[in-house]
Amino acid sequence: MTDSKYFTTTKKGEIFELKAELNSDKKEKKKEAVKKVIASMTVGKDVSALFPDVVNCMQTDNLELKKLVYLYLMNYAKSQPDMAIMAVNTFVKDCEDPNPLIRALAVRTMGCIRVDKITEYLCEPLRKCLKDEDPYVRKTAAVCVAKLHDINAQLVEDQGFLDTLKDLISDSNPMVVANAVAALSEIAESHPNSNLLDLNPQSINKLLTALNECTEWGQIFILDCLANYTPRDDRESQSICERVTPRLSHANSAVVLSAVKVLMKFMEMLPKDLDYYGTLLKKLAPPLVTLLSAEPELQYVALRNINLIVQKRPEILKHEMKVFFVKYNDPIYVKLEKLDIMIRLASQANIAQVLAELKEYATEVDVDFVRKAVRAIGRCAIKVEQSAERCVSTLLDLIQTKVNYVVQEAIVVIKDIFRKYPNKYESVIATLCENLDSLDEPEARAAMIWIVGEYAERIDNADELLESFLEGFHDESTQVQLQLLTAIVKLFLKKPTETQELVQQVLSLATQDSDNPDLRDRGYIYWRLLSTDPVAAKEVVLAEKPLISEETDLIEPTLLEELICHIGTLASVYHKPPSAFVEGSRGVQHKRIPIRSGSGESSESQDTGGAPGATEAPAAVIPSQGDLLGDLLNLDLTPPTSTAGAPPGPPMPMGGMDLLGGGLDSLLGGDIGGSPSMGSGFGAPAAVMPSSLNAPVGGGLGDLFDLGGGVGMPMGTFVPPKTLWLPAMKGKGLEIMGTFARRAGVIQMEMTLTNKAMSVMTDFAIQFNRNSFGLAPAGPLQVPTPLSPNQTIDVSLPLNNGGPVMKMEPLNNLQVAVKNNIDVFYFSCQYPISMLFVEDGKMDRQVFLATWKDIPNENEAQFQINDCHLNSDAASNKLQGSNVFTIAKRTVEGQDMLYQSMKLTNGICVLTELRVQTGSPTYTVSLKCRAAEVSQCVFQCYEAALKN
Amino acid sequence: MIGGLFIYNHKGEVLISRVYRDDIGCLSTPYPSWERNAVDAFRVNVIHARQQVRSPVTNIARTSFFHVKRSNIWLAAVTKQNVNAAMVFEFLYKMCDVMTAYFSKISEENIKNNFVLIYELLDEILDFGYPQNSESGALKTFITQQGIKSQVRDKDEQSQITSQVTGQIGWRREGIKYRRNELFLDVLESVNLLMSPQGQVLSAHVSGRVVMKSYLSGMPECKFGMNDKIVIDKQQGKGATSDDSAKSGKQSIAIDDCTFHQCVRLSKFDSERSISFIPPDGDYELMRYRTTKDIILPFRVIPLVREVGRTKLEVKVVIKSNFKASLLAQKIEVRIPTPLNTSGVQVICMKGKAKYKASDNAIVWKIKRMAGMKESQISAEIELLPTNEKKKWTRPPISMNFEVPFAPSGLKVRYLKVFESKLNYSDHDVIKWVRYIGRSGIYETRC
Repeated sequence: MTDSKYFTTTKKGEIFELKAELNSDKKEKKKEAVKKVIASMTVGKDVSALFPDVVNCMQTDNLELKKLVYLYLMNYAKSQPDMAIMAVNTFVKDCEDPNPLIRALAVRTMGCIRVDKITEYLCEPLRKCLKDEDPYVRKTAAVCVAKLHDINAQLVEDQGFLDTLKDLISDSNPMVVANAVAALSEIAESHPNSNLLDLNPQSINKLLTALNECTEWGQIFILDCLANYTPRDDRESQSICERVTPRLSHANSAVVLSAVKVLMKFMEMLPKDLDYYGTLLKKLAPPLVTLLSAEPELQYVALRNINLIVQKRPEILKHEMKVFFVKYNDPIYVKLEKLDIMIRLASQANIAQVLAELKEYATEVDVDFVRKAVRAIGRCAIKVEQSAERCVSTLLDLIQTKVNYVVQEAIVVIKDIFRKYPNKYESVIATLCENLDSLDEPEARAAMIWIVGEYAERIDNADELLESFLEGFHDESTQVQLQLLTAIVKLFLKKPTETQELVQQVLSLATQDSDNPDLRDRGYIYWRLLSTDPVAAKEVVLAEKPLISEETDLIEPTLLEELICHIGTLASVYHKPPSAFVEGSRGVQHKRIPIRSGSGESSESQDTGGAPGATEAPAAVIPSQGDLLGDLLNLDLTPPTSTAGAPPGPPMPMGGMDLLGGGLDSLLGGDIGGSPSMGSGFGAPAAVMPSSLNAPVGGGLGDLFDLGGGVGMPMGTFVPPKTLWLPAMKGKGLEIMGTFARRAGVIQMEMTLTNKAMSVMTDFAIQFNRNSFGLAPAGPLQVPTPLSPNQTIDVSLPLNNGGPVMKMEPLNNLQVAVKNNIDVFYFSCQYPISMLFVEDGKMDRQVFLATWKDIPNENEAQFQINDCHLNSDAASNKLQGSNVFTIAKRTVEGQDMLYQSMKLTNGICVLTELRVQTGSPTYTVSLKCRAAEVSQCVFQCYEAALKN
Repeated sequence: MIGGLFIYNHKGEVLISRVYRDDIGCLSTPYPSWERNAVDAFRVNVIHARQQVRSPVTNIARTSFFHVKRSNIWLAAVTKQNVNAAMVFEFLYKMCDVMTAYFSKISEENIKNNFVLIYELLDEILDFGYPQNSESGALKTFITQQGIKSQVRDKDEQSQITSQVTGQIGWRREGIKYRRNELFLDVLESVNLLMSPQGQVLSAHVSGRVVMKSYLSGMPECKFGMNDKIVIDKQQGKGATSDDSAKSGKQSIAIDDCTFHQCVRLSKFDSERSISFIPPDGDYELMRYRTTKDIILPFRVIPLVREVGRTKLEVKVVIKSNFKASLLAQKIEVRIPTPLNTSGVQVICMKGKAKYKASDNAIVWKIKRMAGMKESQISAEIELLPTNEKKKWTRPPISMNFEVPFAPSGLKVRYLKVFESKLNYSDHDVIKWVRYIGRSGIYETRC
């Protein structure tokens, strides 16, 4: 009875002995021998040498022995394909066995043997088994189709197995239906564009019927499949929801989570004022809370999902704060997740309770947990304004404990609190300064230095404090060095007389003695700024910082939408899209929540439902963060944790050392508030600082700063001539001409304002309507007011793409409102889409090829450009100026083919093929992009750039 | 889907390995080497990791490992795809249930002794990584430890097995006969409490289970009724007399949420809130539920901790029983944590026995029985070794264990009716036993 003895055979010559036993006449002995072989296989020994002997034992009427032999075959058939063929006969015979258990076993095992020769023989038995009279055989055969597809997809299609599988969805047995759904869903994943699952109201109805009858696992397969369906209208959506809600009471948490996924997704289509919508919201909360009484591993999965649900629909769980309180014996992974959700649910109503809990947690044992609890207190302060004072005093209490990591964590969050509520809690600075010596982590040191720099004028010994840090400057981490540099510059601008030496010291440490380019660049920028225009320096360095908000740690909305579609799966546990951790074609499809459409429009919206590929199309205009600019613009201010949402400060090109000489002298000569331009090479008038810093740098500096750099490079972005945007007639005397330009990676809106009225104009401001790419002013409109009658002024407004998004028609349309003391004026203009081409849009060749193939042909557009007399190189150069990058060039029969790529600020890539026939003035552009809407705009840019 | 399933002992040695998908290793290398990579990765990164487990899901080299631990045994499911994570864990638990049903305890010895059986089970309940029917009742009809000869079975028996495994009622077979039809119903509740030192309830809930043992012939249809507030209110709406409503209204309880065994017709519960089902044979858990309102907290713990100088603590704890005086609570145990630098403890208690357990860093006070509406107390003096540690003692909460013969949620079974139309026994012939047990879950008072 004790099989464990098989694990302990470690003799030499074992294989030889086993061989003899396998060939024994006695059945018992044979079986014993096979068991030994399997045991050896399990512990990792190579027993492949016994292949023929084991296969010989296959023909037996002992089911247990047969299963063992099959197990062996599955593991070793690949390494011995020729021998494996010996087994085929037995398999084929077993598929005809009168016992359905044996028929199923044979077809199940055959599918697991990944040897081509065997696969060929599998087709006939499989075809029979798919139509077997016994449901047990059919449900096994259904999964076998998926196995075969994994080995040889073409074969499955050729043999027509997919149609048979589709028929099984109407099978009378619920388990057969469930397995067929599972198999089809898996196969469909590797064919994103096929209409394999063909979900329509009829088939959905069948699935919903099977849902009530099949096993818990089958219910999961069906619910996961349902989640991919897009209902045609809100009525259908509601009726599916009604039939799915009973699943919320299932004992199996996975069934519950999959049902939650379907409901969360389909709810989006229901009108908010519908009674049913409110009922559904109420029904969702209890099952989610119940998941927290499951085993800890499942609790963890549930909590990661609840974290997403709370971000998407905070109203569901807003009254359930208490269930997320941490229990002393919770595993650490459960504790950390609960803490996260507590903060998300914190509101004015429950903040007192939350704070009491957090304070309790801050005295626990686990360091990570304690840190997170301290950080959470800070986040509460930022989220719930009324609680800020309480939070700060709690943090001060914690600092008094002198526990090293608690103090450091507290200082980091207090810095954030200062950012949120400036000039409110500075009284605590003294307490913070007492703990200066105990800070040994870079983040805490940087935070403390930031505080000292920011409030230098209120800290008597700020210079001493900063100087003390300066001693070990080169041993500090970059984060601390950068912060120290900025803090000392701030200090200098605030108390110029006493700190000249200090600032000189830090500037030379940063620029001359450092190898870190970031540090050097920032050092030079400050140096130049201080030397040329201290007033501007003050405006830049001491500019008012944008307030931070609690949303900094929220998941980006498009990602959140996608993750909601993946509730219950690994993606929702990792909080990453499947493409981030799944290799190959599977899971690369992006899932989206359907958009609401009323029942009246059902006929129109029909074409968007159904095929998974089709739902992808409207996803074109996605705002995304983190383009190249992000890094450049992050120059000033604070560690990255709190910078999200900060409008970028102007990037400042830096110059050579020689330019600095005179500047520094004059700087040290005092008179900070003195005359603006100090005779250096800067042409821009000081008055329009800081926005005009972005304007091209004049004088001899030009070529030094040319970002494109290098020989044969183009002259820069194509800038269309200014056009009349707002005629004086409509603008009550204000005329606006304007254009767009992209300079040093920043989109600029350049306008000429003319006052054609009789009175003075003041108080200019600008605002954009929501637009396709989320363009928004990065700062206020800087107009040196007043603008007197007949005066004309050029202003340029830097833009970013962090604004709200709405699709416009045409795509590049921008609606603008300009306000002055007289009235508000509205006009709309169109920006060339090339303004949105980012500098890092050059694609790798391989990626280009793969992407080109990957984009369906329907998305290809072709245009012709006439009367263009450039050769292909010149064209390539010209286009490069607009960030259209040539990846490869091919010449075929006198025709040059340029393969080019560009990337938009929101991450959309556009791929083109430009055909230039030598001697012919007509170019042909073939263009492919996942978001086909942009094609027309891109084409316009090509034409404009090439003809310019 | 699940790519492979491994079972390890506490040393990280593989006891069982079953691979379902090629993708968990690279395709070109033959079996032993690549599979071993996944196996080793988990051993090195999780089982042998120095620190405690930070997450039950681990991603190593784009391969995800899900694990659960039962005593010294690790079960790990491996995948490279975006699987349904909740399903994988539910499956691992189910796997444990099935193994327990076959050979009681999950231990290294039992796994080695039954490895052939386990492989057979794994072949049946996971196909290509998709979980299949895993009800141990059904599995036991055709996967046995004796090794069945395929010819022995007649055709009827075979098709009966397959229709049960795939059928709508996968949890029960036809043709069960008992001479005596009996039903045992246990309402098992665990009451959870977190109380502040001042006696304020921070959170409290009851998680309850209705566990049944049914020995019934045929395919009986059962209907279970309890004092669910929603049902009772509905009945009152249908014109019951005001006397009745006052009486029953008091006794009804509000259930926050409940989940059911797969035998319960969920759509019927959703529409009519009635619990009807065809029960599995033998033991099963019919439902779980959770309540938070009007919970009877059987005990109240009142702690008093005083620090006398740096080397002494005085602790006094009073417990009060808060239920009918005629009922008796049993197995009462109070755990009072002590600091790590405790050198000696003196305890005085009025009732039961109290001991300082240095290994647990706690004073354990045990009382065998205690009637309702009583009070008892313990006081202790704790001597401390002087330390130079800056961090002060974190004061873990005082926890309590007990068992009471009633349901702290107030749940009452109103009826359990059995209908079997084909066989000639009626609801009255079934012998029914109902029992209520309330236990402490996590019952903690901060001090």
